[in-house]
Amino acid sequence: MQVPAQVEYERAASVEHAITLLRRYGPAARILAGGHSLIPMMKLRLVQPDVLIDINGLTSLCYLNLADGQLRIGALTRHAQLLESRLVGEQFAILHDAERVIADPIVRNWGTIGGSLCQADPSEDLSAAFAALKGTMIMDGPDGTREVSAREFHTGPYETVVGPAEVLTEIRLPLLDGGGSAYLKVARRAGDWPVGAAGAAVWLAGEVITEAGIGLTALGATHFAAAEAEDYLRGKPASAEHLARAGQIAAENCRPVSDQRGPADYKRHLASELTSRVLRQAVSRARPIRPGR
Amino acid sequence: MKVTVTVNGVEHARDVEPRLLLVHFLRDDLGLTGTHWGCDTSNCGACVVWLDELPVKSCTVLAVMADGRRIQTVEGLARDGRLDPVQQGFAACHGLQCGFCTPGMMLTARWLLDRDPCPTPERVREAISGQICRCTGYENIVKSILWAASHDG
Amino acid sequence: MTADHAYGPRARKEDARFIRGQGTYVDDITLPGMLYGAILRSPLAHARILSVDVTAALGHPMVEAVLTGADLARRGLAWMPTLTGDVQAVLATDKVRFQGQEVAFVVARDRYTARDALELITVEYESLPPVIDATTALDPGAPVVRDDIPGQAGNRIFDWAAGDRAATDATFAAADVTVGCDMIYPRSHPAPLETCGIVADMEAVSGRLTLWCTSQAPHAHRTLFAMVTGVPEHKLRIVSPDLGGGFGNKVPVYPGYLCAIAGSMVTGRPVKWVEDRSENLMSTTFARDYHMHGEIAATRDGRILGLRARVLADHGAFNAVAVPTRYPAGFFHIFTGSYDLQAAFCEVTGVYTNKAPGGVAYSCSFRITEAVYLVERLVDLLARELGLDPAQLRLRNLLQPEQFPYTCPTGWQYDSGDYPRALALALDIAGYDDLRREQADRRARGEYMGIGLSFFTEGVGAGPREHMDILGLGMADGADLRVHPTGKAVLAISVQTQGQGHETTFAQLVGHELGLSPDDVDVVHGDTDRTPFGLGTYGSRSTAVSGAAAVMAARKVRERARLVAAAMLEVAADDLEWTSGQWRVRGDPEQALGIAEIAMAAHSSLRLPAGVEGHLDASAVYNPPNLTFPFGAYICVTDVDPGTGEVRVRRFIAVDDCGVRINPMIVEGQLHRGLADGIGMALMQAIVFDQAGNCLGGSFMDYLLPTAMECPSFELGATVTPSPHHPVGAKGVGESATVGSPVAVVNSVVDALAPFGVVHADMPLTPASVWRAIQGRPLRPDLVRD
Repeated sequence: MQVPAQVEYERAASVEHAITLLRRYGPAARILAGGHSLIPMMKLRLVQPDVLIDINGLTSLCYLNLADGQLRIGALTRHAQLLESRLVGEQFAILHDAERVIADPIVRNWGTIGGSLCQADPSEDLSAAFAALKGTMIMDGPDGTREVSAREFHTGPYETVVGPAEVLTEIRLPLLDGGGSAYLKVARRAGDWPVGAAGAAVWLAGEVITEAGIGLTALGATHFAAAEAEDYLRGKPASAEHLARAGQIAAENCRPVSDQRGPADYKRHLASELTSRVLRQAVSRARPIRPGR
Repeated sequence: MKVTVTVNGVEHARDVEPRLLLVHFLRDDLGLTGTHWGCDTSNCGACVVWLDELPVKSCTVLAVMADGRRIQTVEGLARDGRLDPVQQGFAACHGLQCGFCTPGMMLTARWLLDRDPCPTPERVREAISGQICRCTGYENIVKSILWAASHDG
Repeated sequence: MTADHAYGPRARKEDARFIRGQGTYVDDITLPGMLYGAILRSPLAHARILSVDVTAALGHPMVEAVLTGADLARRGLAWMPTLTGDVQAVLATDKVRFQGQEVAFVVARDRYTARDALELITVEYESLPPVIDATTALDPGAPVVRDDIPGQAGNRIFDWAAGDRAATDATFAAADVTVGCDMIYPRSHPAPLETCGIVADMEAVSGRLTLWCTSQAPHAHRTLFAMVTGVPEHKLRIVSPDLGGGFGNKVPVYPGYLCAIAGSMVTGRPVKWVEDRSENLMSTTFARDYHMHGEIAATRDGRILGLRARVLADHGAFNAVAVPTRYPAGFFHIFTGSYDLQAAFCEVTGVYTNKAPGGVAYSCSFRITEAVYLVERLVDLLARELGLDPAQLRLRNLLQPEQFPYTCPTGWQYDSGDYPRALALALDIAGYDDLRREQADRRARGEYMGIGLSFFTEGVGAGPREHMDILGLGMADGADLRVHPTGKAVLAISVQTQGQGHETTFAQLVGHELGLSPDDVDVVHGDTDRTPFGLGTYGSRSTAVSGAAAVMAARKVRERARLVAAAMLEVAADDLEWTSGQWRVRGDPEQALGIAEIAMAAHSSLRLPAGVEGHLDASAVYNPPNLTFPFGAYICVTDVDPGTGEVRVRRFIAVDDCGVRINPMIVEGQLHRGLADGIGMALMQAIVFDQAGNCLGGSFMDYLLPTAMECPSFELGATVTPSPHHPVGAKGVGESATVGSPVAVVNSVVDALAPFGVVHADMPLTPASVWRAIQGRPLRPDLVRD
């Protein structure tokens, strides 16, 4: 088996301590959470940090809370905890749909939500789910706490806005409040990275879509979102034909790359197909607000 | 770095490099070779052990991350010389051939049955879906785990 | 005979250590003073080596030695023979010829340092254009891979043919219908869960070299290592400990083994080398990579007349296939299949490319996987062309029981079979007619399910030494049996289990012959110091050949026991008959003796007749008179989502006939594995390259293996047609399901896609592949184009 290069190691006693360590060591330091994105890269020596700052002891970053009409997810929450949470399953079917097909059950035991988001792999599923849910990321740094929308969190493959001395601490998701959500993924095999995936959240008033969030994974969508398709759907009836058209628009506006998982034309087709399917499923799960209320 | 790890109920203190993988710590430093490895990319699951009662892939965990924690390996499955029902099930139902994936499969099975004493075959397959077997086609592994479920004390 | 020593399902003796995590695999072995090796590999597929600078690596305080091709060349070890009579570089000297080829070897105090030290070696390469696409390897002006071979002008390795070309051409010319198809059996890899490795211990004073090695053929390897290293064979010991799977991957000798040996010779200490998974996938023997054009000729009412095939075989950079010498394309010419043909002809051209060497591995029964794939795809294509049901077409053409022993148009003599019965049983288990009705209903609703058949005959148990050898070693195998005075037996065999359960099945074989419980028969294997010579385990030959040797040895012991028993009972030897596990006096059955009592007497002071020695030991070397021919009928049911291209295997029915089954539980375990192999190869497994020769299947992230989620619960059936020439009628079964299953899955998916006009699609049928097939723009599975 391949093994990492030599590295130094510090254990953070608190978020503040982690920030202090990040400032001390600079960009050669990396936060170590579950390690299930970072350690595989280190073993293949694609990434060779000088120092690891282990935050696994910061159990205060591991939580799932409802507050102020939001679900607040501590960044150190393990994937398995998100999947096991009944609260999350009831409020956000999209997250359970996604978690069920992220990696495998053993990896989910230790990999963290924050770790996956900060790895920022274009094929990472929760990025699209949080984009569809229009979530917010909270970061702590030397200059205090700041918020960034999920749709502005990623700046490119494997790149986020998290600063060199910042720590992602929390993800906030507005409760769906009657909206329906779903996530659908195509992979070559259980546990494989997606060839393509789509997540959606929709809100209905009667038959009409009042708001929609659509996220796309591994399909070259800007910020993992299908904004043009969302704009199209706002105010339209949730008919099969409109949902299909939304799928087409999503496909027109993404730039998938050909690779071993599939050629670009197939992925573009998946963008369309999965978007319309996931919208149909989200619509079927929505509890429409009666018009006139 | 000094680490103290409790493995199968026994405390071990060692000085290790931060980069040392938990699987190598168990195999090479502690001589517990029942935990295996089979890939470079955290896919195969031959290295599964329990870390604080959770199955993890020990090839993707650093030994230093296990400091102060509890590990269980296949060597700790039997209690007082008595085989765990999972071990008995694998032997009774031909759930192993070359034996290389077996320790990891059994530890995942034990964890599953502790939480879900009567799993469906589908649930069993899902629970082991992160682990590869090249010999059995999984058929008898599933049978072995269901046997253990119906023979758990 | 009590049930205890009859054939039948029984729990395995070897499980006791494995369920406790007490197996001993090569990486579990630690010797005092042991060092660790690591290999520096080429990042380029084809390049000249300009310089290799190891100074910095040698300067590392924990590095004990560094070897380059030049160092090995000084010792005559830079090149080694392959199993096919070619040579392969141990460490590259002039050029590198595939991505991942071995260039330097570091020996260090621990495995982490060995890995670090690789980065301290600087190699200067001059990149050369590579040959990656086998179909262009013979183009004029193609880069020459093997310019090291004197007189090698291009990339052709061999041309080989079997059958009657003229008769086949005539049959095709006169036929009502002919159908042809191009199909690729893409490169895949056996990928046993344990990678290959070795601990080499050269003792300078005694001159003994001991190797703990992942070897499926310890004795053949010992002979080969002796010839290559110069260590005399009687001072060379190979111990193949527990193996974590083999599937043919552990048949060849790899450069890493020789590097470790050289490392031990240089440092005077044991050296361990165990490869990474990426090394395993990129450099050890791959499987398949056959580019085939097949044709089938028939009458309009569905009588198959002939088969014709032309194959381009990609062998990689060195010809290192593990095949009997006279068969460069292995047993591919059994592509005549299970049908009564008038004529058949095939030709195979082997070529070099800038990829890892190999080709025969992964339960292929020496290329029978390729042959069965071709013929069973062609039969389905014919069914489609004629508008006939694929099951009916097969039933109409299968060989009939009275035709056995049957000599096929390319010369194989199939030993025994009742083919229609096996197919009928499979159709019955599947509920075939109901499935076809369901398929029609679903199609009307816009849902797509497929039903795919495969009927295969394969030939295993190589083989008669007069025409089957590997590197001049005839493919016979031995067994040594000793019965101790208290009636406990030890059987030493020459084959090497990698999970097949030999410690149990061979004990059952001997127990059956001698009336002993299998618990009283210990099976010793894997250590060349303790076992007789043989060619090892692959090609499903253990039961067929070594099992036969064990039976012959046991029968010799039984006959010797007869003579001792006669002396004990003071009767003539001819007055004794063997019934229910004992020698009994004919007509006076109360006078009976079992082997245990006879063993004690043999070693006692009992007076023995002249010429009878006082022991119950015997040896046998079995030279099989022919291959054995297991067969089977498989049916695969799939559901396909045309919107995404996803395929789900809903059911897999497999009826197998491997002759007499010694332990049906173990037989079924072997079949389950092969069926999973079929799903993997048909839907997801392939070692893919890009145009620059980069291997894109170098990890389990890209070389995908099926999990428990992709496999249904398999439905097995059995028929038993004993082999007429095997001492107990067994045929061998280890590879059958891998041979028969992939084409059943492909036939199923193509069947599902019939309404879209899809006639053929190459494996692996990933979602992208299936969708593109539906669009009429199929993907080439083995090569990614920019």
